[in-house]
Amino acid sequence: MKIECPFCGKRDHSEFTYKGDATVARPDHSEQDLDRWNDYVFQRTNPKGAHKEYWHHTNGCRKFLIVERDTISHKINSVTLVQGGGK
Amino acid sequence: MTRFRIQSPKGAKQIHFTFNGKSYQGFEGEPLAAALLANGVHLIGRSFKFHRPRGIYSAGSAEPNALVTVLHPDGREPNTLATTLEIYEGLEAVSQNCWPSVETDFGAVNSLLSPLFVAGFYYKTFMGKSNKHWMFFEKYIRKAAGMGEASVEADKSVYEKTNTFCDYLIVGAGPAGISAALEAAQTGKRVVLADEQDALGASLIGTNQTIDGLLAGAWLAQQLATLKTYPNVTLLPRTTIYGYYDDNTLGAVERVNTKALRERHIIFHADKVILATGAIERPIVFGNNDRPGVMLASGFGTYVKRHHVRPGTNVIAFTNNDSIYQQIDDAYEAGATVHTVVDMRESLSDYAQEIVTKTGINVQLGKAVSHVLGSKKIRAVQLDDGTKLSCDLLIVSGGWTPTINLQSQQGDKPIYDDSLCAFLPGLPHQDYLSVGACNGQFGLADCLKSGARALGQDRTYTVERDAPWDILPVWEVPVTKGISFVDFQHDVKASDISLAKREGFISVEHLKRYTTLGMANDQGKTSNLNALALMAKERQKPITEVGTTRFRPPYTPVAIGTLSGGKYGDHFRPTRYTSMHEWHINHGAEMINTGAWVRPRVYKQPGETVTDAYIREAASVRNSVGMVDVTTLGKIEVVGPDAPEFLNRVYTNAWLKLPVGKARYGVMLRDDGLVFDDGTTWRLEENRFLMTTTTANAANVLTHLEYLLDVVWPGLKVKVISVTDQWAGVAVAGPNSRATIAKTVSGVDMSHEAFPFMAVMDGFMDTIPVKIARLSFSGELAYEVWCPSHYGLAMWEKLFDAGKEFNLTPYGTEALGTLRIEKGHVSGPELDGRTSLDDLGLSWAFGKKDFVGKPLSQREGLMASDRAKLVGLMSKPGQAIRPGSQIVTQDNQTRSIGHVTSTTYSPALQNYIALALIQNGRDKIGDTVIATYPLKNEQQDVEIVHPHFFDPDGSRMHV
Ligand SMILES: [Zn+2]
Repeated sequence: MKIECPFCGKRDHSEFTYKGDATVARPDHSEQDLDRWNDYVFQRTNPKGAHKEYWHHTNGCRKFLIVERDTISHKINSVTLVQGGGK
Repeated sequence: MTRFRIQSPKGAKQIHFTFNGKSYQGFEGEPLAAALLANGVHLIGRSFKFHRPRGIYSAGSAEPNALVTVLHPDGREPNTLATTLEIYEGLEAVSQNCWPSVETDFGAVNSLLSPLFVAGFYYKTFMGKSNKHWMFFEKYIRKAAGMGEASVEADKSVYEKTNTFCDYLIVGAGPAGISAALEAAQTGKRVVLADEQDALGASLIGTNQTIDGLLAGAWLAQQLATLKTYPNVTLLPRTTIYGYYDDNTLGAVERVNTKALRERHIIFHADKVILATGAIERPIVFGNNDRPGVMLASGFGTYVKRHHVRPGTNVIAFTNNDSIYQQIDDAYEAGATVHTVVDMRESLSDYAQEIVTKTGINVQLGKAVSHVLGSKKIRAVQLDDGTKLSCDLLIVSGGWTPTINLQSQQGDKPIYDDSLCAFLPGLPHQDYLSVGACNGQFGLADCLKSGARALGQDRTYTVERDAPWDILPVWEVPVTKGISFVDFQHDVKASDISLAKREGFISVEHLKRYTTLGMANDQGKTSNLNALALMAKERQKPITEVGTTRFRPPYTPVAIGTLSGGKYGDHFRPTRYTSMHEWHINHGAEMINTGAWVRPRVYKQPGETVTDAYIREAASVRNSVGMVDVTTLGKIEVVGPDAPEFLNRVYTNAWLKLPVGKARYGVMLRDDGLVFDDGTTWRLEENRFLMTTTTANAANVLTHLEYLLDVVWPGLKVKVISVTDQWAGVAVAGPNSRATIAKTVSGVDMSHEAFPFMAVMDGFMDTIPVKIARLSFSGELAYEVWCPSHYGLAMWEKLFDAGKEFNLTPYGTEALGTLRIEKGHVSGPELDGRTSLDDLGLSWAFGKKDFVGKPLSQREGLMASDRAKLVGLMSKPGQAIRPGSQIVTQDNQTRSIGHVTSTTYSPALQNYIALALIQNGRDKIGDTVIATYPLKNEQQDVEIVHPHFFDPDGSRMHV
């Protein structure tokens, strides 16, 4: 699998670290509701098909990227900067 | 020449090798199987389950039977294919699955019991009964099962790993692959042509077919010479592409086979892949079709044409298709004759008839071999009309199975072609093309044409004596006598497939798992299609409705050493040394790996044990002064106007009001509320902080901070960067630490008033700029001194010289541990990812403000009253406590209430002490409990005490 980093270009996936589901919204820093934090930290779906996930370019520019990857074919549809998308 | 050796291989050196202890002659580089056949040896090993005698069935990597173990001076390599192992002077190979010898094997009694050893035998025999049966029999069954015997020695061979980028990767150098390579070469792009065999050419080698008027061999030599003139073309013989992964990434093994390098693991990154992987000939299923002396026709052809070895002198052929006649013709011209062909078809093609006439061969049309006679070696065959014909070799062709393993690994579903009796590659979803025999082009001219077609070129090659494709779809001869095998390597019989059907295991996936068909290390290369055909017949359905299984990498077995390449032992990851490493070594340090770092464990003096040394070192710190290399701590610069706010959110305690020139201890939690890491962070300037992390967590903490800044709070104006490698650090600890540093440093007032606890100062040691922070991990008056890492050794030596008058003692990680355990400070064994702030006695650091992990740190489970809390343990005098011991009570010795995390001998307390996590531990101070270590059958009474063993009010570090 290869990931096209917006900064570094097309690189082998071994340079990156998978950092989890990018579709779950992190509760606000001041959120006190335990259920909301519980959902954010522990609850994950296992979607089939296109899925947005965080990848960290650990051995490159060290930026966090949002990669839309097909979980069946591993085809990558898009790679974008996070730019606050996770809140 | 022997009876079986037609001629010596050109220019090859004669060598000696042994098989089962007996010495033979062969030629360097020829396959062991060829050398054994030349010496008349057919019995190679015993089969997996029934211990039936087995011989050489083929001439390539699809071989199911001829597995041997190679003995090396420093180990053994089991399950090596005699058909691909290139022999060398002094090679020692032995048979497998037999005891005491391949000729007399006691395990062969299994063969008599073969009606019992049906598919699913173990499940049927042991499941549902009490587990005790299995427990009892398991060790005997395990001993009897398994292929070969693994070496227990470390593999001393050398391997390496490389990445290769290319525009065209052509897999397979038969006619289709070579034709594709010829076109690809002319594009000027980077072309790699790889083939698993030692010589490129595959079916072109030794055949009497002609291409454009040249004998195939001559044509091949000419084209290979042409390809070699292209600088953009790389030819890789002995290179197996074993796996096809996403994005046209392919794994390959190149067998270099020199002392300097055994195998090279190549990761190909190819723009376009051309699969020209050919086809594998299929057996026919009939009685005792596994006996030594039964061989695939293509194997026979290869031994005769390529290795000039005659596997038999009284040869019969058995077929359902035309391809065997080409082998007969080629072999005839090479000096090996076949006297009879048994052809299941009712009539011969013109092509076959021509060869029959030319070679004078006797033809038995419309007949089949029902079984063979002979045990350790075939003696005769019996036809289905009762005719018995004597022979010493039976060559068989049941058709050809396209090698579509790589396509299948990609998940591309194969499509069955009735006229070819073969599965062809399905629609590719990656950028590859299948050409030649693997794509169903079985004729030579078609292969050549399809190779060129892959590069968009229409080229016609003129081929003489091209074999037409005609096959009768017969897979099995009804068994009248003996056992007919489908999967030789796993001893799966035709009757097992009927049984699977009767018991309802009719889907291919079930069939495979129930019978273990195709699950041996040959992955059923010769057996899969026959099994599907037999199941289709049982179910009275067309093959295409029975389905196929998906192949998984690797295509052929890959040594673990090859996969690891150079990355093992000390080379598993880069080793990190501090600037003072040489000094430590020169001063008697015994080093220890902590993560990637190498640190002094103790500095041993003559006659000292590790324990003697760390006790002396720790005592010296308490009595006078010691120094320890702390360069390995993780260091992260946190810079920007929002840096204080950022730290305030990341750490549990408050950070907004830390003044410039001060340091503070902080703890970080994970989002799930458990403790992540701790360390001190120094405010160097208004907007610039230097964060230290534990040695082990440095990288994780940096990534955590980057995540928060990139994803969670992109609005915060903060940058973080690792500066671990930029700084060298020394902790100087003990009552004389101030005096030691004062002697070496200029520009710093070291007095207690001017340089209070937790202050950070800039100064110089001669010309070396240093930062000094008054911090204490040991509980003594102590300082950390940091400088740019290239000055690290000079700084260390200056401090060491300055401390001589105080008998300054360098100390290692053992004494560092002793000192912190005496103070009850937590470290790696306590920060184990399962402990909360309060568990570790750090609830004072639980801030009022919001911080990462705060909400979930208050969840029910982490607030439970019976959680394990950090406590100290004091042993009975003179009794060491073992780390990892479980804590039980006198009343209930079977339920653990905690465990020992860190242990040491305490010179300050003159006793063995430990830190432990014990349920409700803080309420049990003063109790006596039992530390038990059942693996060593040890237990002892220990007293639960407060974890701050030494100087609990901290007076010593505030002087
Ligand atoms: Zn990047």
